[in-house]
Formats: sequence, structure tokens, C-alpha cells
Amino acid sequence: MSHRGSRVLRLDALARVEGEAALHLAVRDGTVTEAQLRIYEPPRFFEAFLVGRGHGEPPDITSRICGICPVAYQTTACQAIERACGVTVDVPLTELRRLLYYGEWIESQSLHIHLLHAPDFLGHPSAVELAREHPAAVERGLRIKQAGNTIMEQLGGRAIHPINVRVGGFYHVPTPAELVPLAERLRRAHDDALETVRWVAGFDFPDVAYDGPLLAMRDPGRYAIDSGTPAVMAAVAGSDGATPVRTLPVEEFERHVVEHQVPHSTALVSQLDGDHYLTGCLARYAISGRWLHPSALDAARAAGLGDPATGAVCRNPFRSIIVRAVEVAHAVAEALRIIDAYEPPSRSYVAVPPRPATGCAATEAPRGLLYHRYAMDADGTLTLARIVPPTAQNQAAIEDDLRRQVQSRLDGPGEPPGDEELTALCERAVRNHDPCISCSAHFLDLTVEHG
Amino acid sequence: MEPDPRPSLAVWKFASCDGCQLTLLDCEDELLPLTDRVRITHFLEMSSAEDSREPATLAGTGPYDLSLVDGSITTAEDVRRVHHIRRISRRLVTIGACATAGGIQALRNFADVEEFRAAVYADPEYIATLDTSTPISAHVPVDFELRGCPIDRGQLLEVITAFLAGRKPNISSHSVCFQCKRRGTTCITVAQGIPCLGPVTHAGCGALCPAYGRGCYGCFGPMAQPNLEAMVRELRHDGMTERDIVRVFRTFNAASPEYGPVPELATQQAPEPPAEEEPR
Repeated sequence: MSHRGSRVLRLDALARVEGEAALHLAVRDGTVTEAQLRIYEPPRFFEAFLVGRGHGEPPDITSRICGICPVAYQTTACQAIERACGVTVDVPLTELRRLLYYGEWIESQSLHIHLLHAPDFLGHPSAVELAREHPAAVERGLRIKQAGNTIMEQLGGRAIHPINVRVGGFYHVPTPAELVPLAERLRRAHDDALETVRWVAGFDFPDVAYDGPLLAMRDPGRYAIDSGTPAVMAAVAGSDGATPVRTLPVEEFERHVVEHQVPHSTALVSQLDGDHYLTGCLARYAISGRWLHPSALDAARAAGLGDPATGAVCRNPFRSIIVRAVEVAHAVAEALRIIDAYEPPSRSYVAVPPRPATGCAATEAPRGLLYHRYAMDADGTLTLARIVPPTAQNQAAIEDDLRRQVQSRLDGPGEPPGDEELTALCERAVRNHDPCISCSAHFLDLTVEHG
Repeated sequence: MEPDPRPSLAVWKFASCDGCQLTLLDCEDELLPLTDRVRITHFLEMSSAEDSREPATLAGTGPYDLSLVDGSITTAEDVRRVHHIRRISRRLVTIGACATAGGIQALRNFADVEEFRAAVYADPEYIATLDTSTPISAHVPVDFELRGCPIDRGQLLEVITAFLAGRKPNISSHSVCFQCKRRGTTCITVAQGIPCLGPVTHAGCGALCPAYGRGCYGCFGPMAQPNLEAMVRELRHDGMTERDIVRVFRTFNAASPEYGPVPELATQQAPEPPAEEEPR
């Protein structure tokens, strides 16, 4: 069988990603006809069993959707319910919430960079083998990751499924003295994070570009994580040469982001106004890069990402590892800022009395924009829950990326690629987007392909 | 070539949030030293090595000296897969509430799954899933069950080192109350009247919630022989309604058989008199 001819390639289990998925690629006469990320995680029905629960329960329950980004679920659920109840949580508490979220960012992004993603660039199957060749880099990564986990443990009670988050705030707020050991660890992590940016910037990157629209939260003046409004950066530059960014009020999110079923995946595929799109670190960096912490801005410039202060955008999914490293540096610096300025609030939470209403919210999970909507009746019993996780939104863009990368390799010079090479290329293309498959499949429509 | 003397470790995943297997990657200080002592042969989340990728449906690279299983059984294919994993594993340990008690997805066990499907799915007829979410022990013999949603990192390391040393893991089955006392936390139920599942919940988390001013919500599941009758009475006394009581037990370990009598107990027991009239 000619490598330029027709063939079908399957990879039954995708490694070094969170959750489980397979790849399916069909090539007919040298043209990629199918490129599928087959998410086969079984459904867990979260949206169904949230109905009938109390309005204080979503932070604990939805955190169980994902062990790798529970704070994203907790924060988004809290904000959606607070909004439904017309309650505003004031500044000391929102800063603490952000600190916890930064802890998750630091932990989750360092995990992806060092344990899941970097082995691809250095030709190793896992961080264990990578550590034999680059022990300092892996140990440094584990140290940064541990700094993130320490924030989660101190402020949240534990690193996975924190117990200290409630609608309206926290059960317990720390004393400044309790945060001191965190600050010491974070100062070291800041140096480590900048060193990681330099390390990953030295990897070899294929020259490819994702050319679709980008979606991320936008909050002028701040690199948005848990605040702002969903914003879309268009795929192409306008007549003035600048790439236009438009915002969508979060209340209109579901009017623009429409999900549909595909036969090969338990996750729905989202479209934004009829087009595939990318959410996640590349989108955040494009939309908020200019508002990074100064040390992270400098690191981004030095790493060859251009100058985010003047609107530089990175569209190469392989270079997402640099953007993630820059985001870790930013998160560490911001976490330090919050700790240094911390004065304990007079109360650990704001009361959130229920009322018959609907509320929605979106925040930036490490893997991209996460949207929740809840409706409740007068006593706070939930009558509806809707959750749109980032990986489901990215699925169409990931498949488009797969198709283009494989086609480009098939059309390129040199020997036609063998199955092993194509498989490795596809796996890398998927891993670039750090998919969180457990999240994406827990709610979404599952169809079984027959035949 | 000398055979690798290290015992082999495999990590498997079924329906779950991945948090319990992630706990292994969260052992930042211990992860690399651990790999000097065990060969992590199958762990998809960590390694793309060929061994790691070997589909469990094939008689692959086993046997494994120790298999850690994360997640519950919710599909017919997973039933087949867990039997295969059992066959190729010398020791099989479940990690976490999903693998040990069916997890939060076992809430379907109390509901009409058709309604769940219709609530979530546009085309429910295409969903390939079982009507139940069941623990691993409902399908194959299990050598040890580690509790928690999520599991505790220290307990995970104890289980791995115990199995490597050929001894029983030193994991107590007493209640969260013991850990609260050891931690020196004032009882929040006694001092503040906050409802707390500590008296009936399996220890392991280090009694986190009371230390943060919150009642235990039972994420480690039932302790050995919990006195649910007394617990439900106490929760009533602390102001919880019948609905609240059923809800608080129906979370991450909802399908634990020990919790079976809770709805009936919650219905039967009349509310206690107001707190000030009740000597404590």
C-alpha cells in the first residue's frame, strides 16, 4: 500500500492527556478525508443530577467533573449562582478566590508543560525518562507545580477538590501569617517559572499556524481569569491591519456558541457563530497579552513571542508550551502580589439568599473558557444546569488542526510519512491543545458509531 | 540484559474525574524516587510508551504486580475491560470513591436513567451506557480499597509501599472524629451546632472540613459500622431537613450500601425539639 494512497490510521488510546480519547484518520488518494478526535469517555450525567439539588451545592458537585481543574468549576459555579441571586462578592474575597485560581493555574499548567507536553519536544515517552536526561528541568517543574498545589492546600484545604469554597466566598479565610510560607515558596517559583520560559523557548517548533477565531475572557487592564466578558478575536486582520476583537455579553453566550452532535465523540462539538474556534492559552494571550504582569511580559518578549504589549499574537499551537510557561510566570507573580497586599476580610463569605432566577458565568479554566448557567426556584432548588467546558469547544479546531498538519506533511517534500510518524504527529497536535477529556465528555452527547 | 528487578505498576481509568490517578502525579517530592523502586508500566496519563498504550482488551504486557484502578464501571465494554485487568494483575487496588463506591455518577442508580439521558442528551437513544455506576468490587475481586473523593496522597503512598513490601496497608477505618481529635480541632457540632458527618465518615482526609469551619460532607464515604440512626438524629437536631439529609449522603459515595437506610431514617425520625431545650 502506497503511503500516498488510501489508508486508515487508528490510535486506540491517546497518552499524556487528561481523560481518554482515540484518534481516527482516513486518507484517500493522498487527501485527508477524516481527522477525528474520538472522545470515548462515558457520560456521567452531571447536568441531569444537579437538577433538584440546592443552590449551595454546585461548587462541591461540579468540582468532581475534573480532578485537574476543580477550582475552575467551583469559581464558575459560584459566580453563576451569585449572579442569579443578585449578590456581589466584595474585593478581599474576590482576590482570595483569584489566588486559589492562580494556584490551580500554576499546578495545572506546570503539569502540562513538564509531565505531558515537554517529553514530545525532547523525544521521550514520559517525564520519568525526560528526568534522566534533564533532571534539573523536571525537578524545577515539579517544584513550580508544588508551589501551585501548596496554594490550593493552604487556601482550599487540599489540591484536588478543595473543600473551602462556598457560594459567596469561603468557609475560612486565612490569616496573613498563614500565607507567609506560601510567599516564600512563590518567590522561588517565580525564578523557576522564568527559567522554564527560557527552557521551553529553546525547543524546536514546526512552523504552523491556527488561522481561526479565538475566544477568551477580556477585562481591560487585567489578564482575565475570573473576570470580564467573553471576547472573540477574528481570524483575519481588518482593513486597518489590526485584528478586531468583539465582546459577547455572557448572557448571550449560548446564542453564539452552539453545540451539535458528531457521530464519533461523546463530547459535543461547539461552533461560534457557525465556525470552529479555539479557546485556551493562545486565545487568552492574543486577547489579554498586553495586560500580563511586567515580569511575564519581559519573559514573553525574550522568548520570541513578539511584544504582547503591542498586541503580538501567537497562533502556532506547538508554541503554546511557551505561552503556558509565560502564564505560569504571570500567575506566580500575581499570586505573590495578592499575598503581599493581603488583609483578611471581616467576613469569610457574603450570604447568598436564593430567589427564582437564572444566572450564568464564564471564567478561564487552564484549558480555556468554561461556561455555567443555573436556574433555581424560590427555595434555591436548581431547575436547570448547563455547562460548556473548554475541550468540547476546542474539539472542532483540534480536528481542523489535525487535518491540516497531516495534509501538510503528506504534501511536503521528502519520504512519504509512515503510520508511526503520522501517529506521533497527530498525538503532538492534540497534546498542544492540552485537552481535558474527562471534562468535555461528562455532559455531552454520546453517539455510537455503527459498523 | 539483566531483567528489571523492579515490580511493575499499572494505573487504569474508568468513569471518573481523573483526580485519583492525578494524585500520583501530585506526589511531587516522591514521584521520581518512586520510579526508582517501581516500573510504572501502564499509566496513560503519564506516559506514551508502548507498554503504557497496550489496550487492556488485548492480552498485552501483563502481568502487573500492582494495578491501581481509578473510576467506576458504567459501560458494558468497561465490564469486559475490568475482568481483563483483574486477570493480568497480581494485586488490584481501587483508588477513590468512584472505583470503591461507584462515585457521584452512581446517582443514576437512584433515578430513572432514561430521564437522565433525556435531560442531558438530544438523541438519548444513541447513548451506550449502563443504567448503573458500580464499584470495581461488584465485578472482580479487589485486594484493597482506598477511600476518598479524592484519595489522600499520603495514603496512596502508604498503599503502594505496603504492597511492594508485601504487607497490609496501614490505613485505619475509624471515623473523621478521631482525626479531628488528633488534630486538636474543637468539635464544630458541639461548639457551633454545625451539622457534620464526621462521626460516620471514614478517616483519611485529615479532618479537613472541621478545621476550615465546615461540617464534614462525607467525601471519604462510610466508616466501618457507622451508627446512622444516631447520625440522622443528630443532623435533625442540628437543623437539617429530611431533604437536606438525603442530599448530603447522596453525593460522592451515594451508592455505598451502608447509606441505604438513610432516606427511611430521615423520614421516620420526627424533628427534635429546639436546641435550647435539648441537654447536650
